[in-house]
Amino acid sequence: MTGNFERQRSIIDFTIASLLRRKGKNGALLVVYTLIIFLLSSVIFFTHALKREAAQVLQEAPEIIVQRTLTGRYQPIPLSYAARIREIRGVVSVRPRLWGYYYDGNFLANYTFVIPDEFPPPVGSVIIGSGIAKLREASPGDIIGFTGYDGKPQSYRVKEVLAEQSQLLSADLILISESDYRALSGIPADLTTDLVLKVRNRKEFATIAEKITKLLPDTRPIIRNEILRTYDAIFSWRSGIVIVIFSSAALAFVIFAWDKATGLSAEERKEIGILKAVGWESSDVLLMKFWEGLVISLSAFLLGTVLGYIHVFIGSSILFVPVLKGWSTLYPEFKLVPFVDFGHLAAIFALTVVPYTITTIIPSWRVATMDPDSVLR
Amino acid sequence: MINAHGIGKVFNADQPNEFIALTDVSVAIHLNEVTILKGPSGSGKTTLLGIIGCMARPTTGRIVLGEREMTSLPERFLTSIRRQTFGFIFQQFNLIKGLTALENVMIPAYPLGEKHSLLRERALEIMALFNLAHRADARIEWLSGGEAQRVAIARALINDPPFIIADEPTAHLDTKLSREFMAIMRRLKENGKTIVLASHDPIVYDSDLAEQVIEMCDGRVLSTGRNGRQAGLTLFA
Repeated sequence: MTGNFERQRSIIDFTIASLLRRKGKNGALLVVYTLIIFLLSSVIFFTHALKREAAQVLQEAPEIIVQRTLTGRYQPIPLSYAARIREIRGVVSVRPRLWGYYYDGNFLANYTFVIPDEFPPPVGSVIIGSGIAKLREASPGDIIGFTGYDGKPQSYRVKEVLAEQSQLLSADLILISESDYRALSGIPADLTTDLVLKVRNRKEFATIAEKITKLLPDTRPIIRNEILRTYDAIFSWRSGIVIVIFSSAALAFVIFAWDKATGLSAEERKEIGILKAVGWESSDVLLMKFWEGLVISLSAFLLGTVLGYIHVFIGSSILFVPVLKGWSTLYPEFKLVPFVDFGHLAAIFALTVVPYTITTIIPSWRVATMDPDSVLR
Repeated sequence: MINAHGIGKVFNADQPNEFIALTDVSVAIHLNEVTILKGPSGSGKTTLLGIIGCMARPTTGRIVLGEREMTSLPERFLTSIRRQTFGFIFQQFNLIKGLTALENVMIPAYPLGEKHSLLRERALEIMALFNLAHRADARIEWLSGGEAQRVAIARALINDPPFIIADEPTAHLDTKLSREFMAIMRRLKENGKTIVLASHDPIVYDSDLAEQVIEMCDGRVLSTGRNGRQAGLTLFA
């Protein structure tokens, strides 16, 4: 037992000394390898933390939303529809929601105006998200101005700035009173943005949605699970894009690593010959090469994932925020709640460490099983 | 004792670059003696040395170490025999660059699982025998030719093998260092080692240390002499 431990220790010592002898080559390999794992783990950490956060936020979302469409495009919905939908059996309540987007040409940013259900700000005042506060340099008490639908300026006093915790959905948010919003957006008093339904039985969501479509053919009911699925698809699609972009870099690395791992230099061949000649068994040589591959790939894996974690959860995913986050030009600088799935870590490990370690061993195995005399010649 | 019977070695057999290195060579290496393989470059000395030391397998013939026939042994057993029985000193020393002299000396013992501190102590003791203790932490590329060779000798001795095999050990040494090398071989012989040297350097093959001189040419044994005297055509061939 002790003998085997000492054997492993001696061979690891030799392996590390061996790696340090080729500092430049192994250092370059480690840097590139770490970079790839860093990018891969960043994408995985980012998209999954984002999905999880969005899913958590959407748990609070309405069970069914009803929108009106015209020629396949979204339109404001008449308030009168609410009463008709309420008559459907199983519908507990129907609540009209008023909200909309606003493009700020001066700051090249999109805002989302929302009229809160409870405690809306008093007329003439707004509550703004932290992203807007930062962008417009606005604090509570300041006056903030927007251009109305008719081109006339409208100004409001900032009552409050929303806390940063829920930045994903609130960074670009402006809470406003109904009358102020109708005056700003020009949306008529008999129309609203959409309708939010409460349904008694969760199993009836699909049936009620079907009944709504039959009753009001120009509407489109959206069930919460569909939104969750859409978010999931969007984030997966976006992370897919990033993976495609980085796959070329990964491919370059694979070629580099393959070349490094599978081809032994004359010096390495000679070294194996010497080790064999002085009494190392083929298994000792392979153990040494196994440790060599493992030291490089495990170091790269640990460094890459730790850097990926720091990048995503501490550095706000600064590298690929523009690709992965919203359509708005106002990007929320939010910090995701750290979330690491060990299944994902295992997948990164299996895709990087395992193949690299194996590809390091194979060529050495070929040399290690030859007579030392032929290798040294 | 090592007996080689009818050894033949062909490289790249059945290829356009086929090369016959040894033909029907039979020699006997006696315990506690110094045997010298003498002959010009290309005579087959190094190949024979490699086969005797289990570094390569003969194409034909048999090698018997004591009572044990080694030719048919699997690689794993050959490695074990090589490690326990032979200490090699190569022409080019074959030390591993970038490592210290001490690490190079310790390498053959790594797979044995000896406690690191004990192994280190033992390696330093052997290095001290060859006035190398002060160079223990020096990297191989910083050593002089004589020092590098003494490191190679120390490495050959780390597992305390009964046989020392050296291939053209004085090829890269000047006369003074060559004589020093032979003095070291004398000490090793006095300590009971069996020594096999391949050389075409008169300092080696004319040395009074040699108990048996085997002269080779074109892959064949021309003659075998005992106690420094040539004894005509070999009886084994």
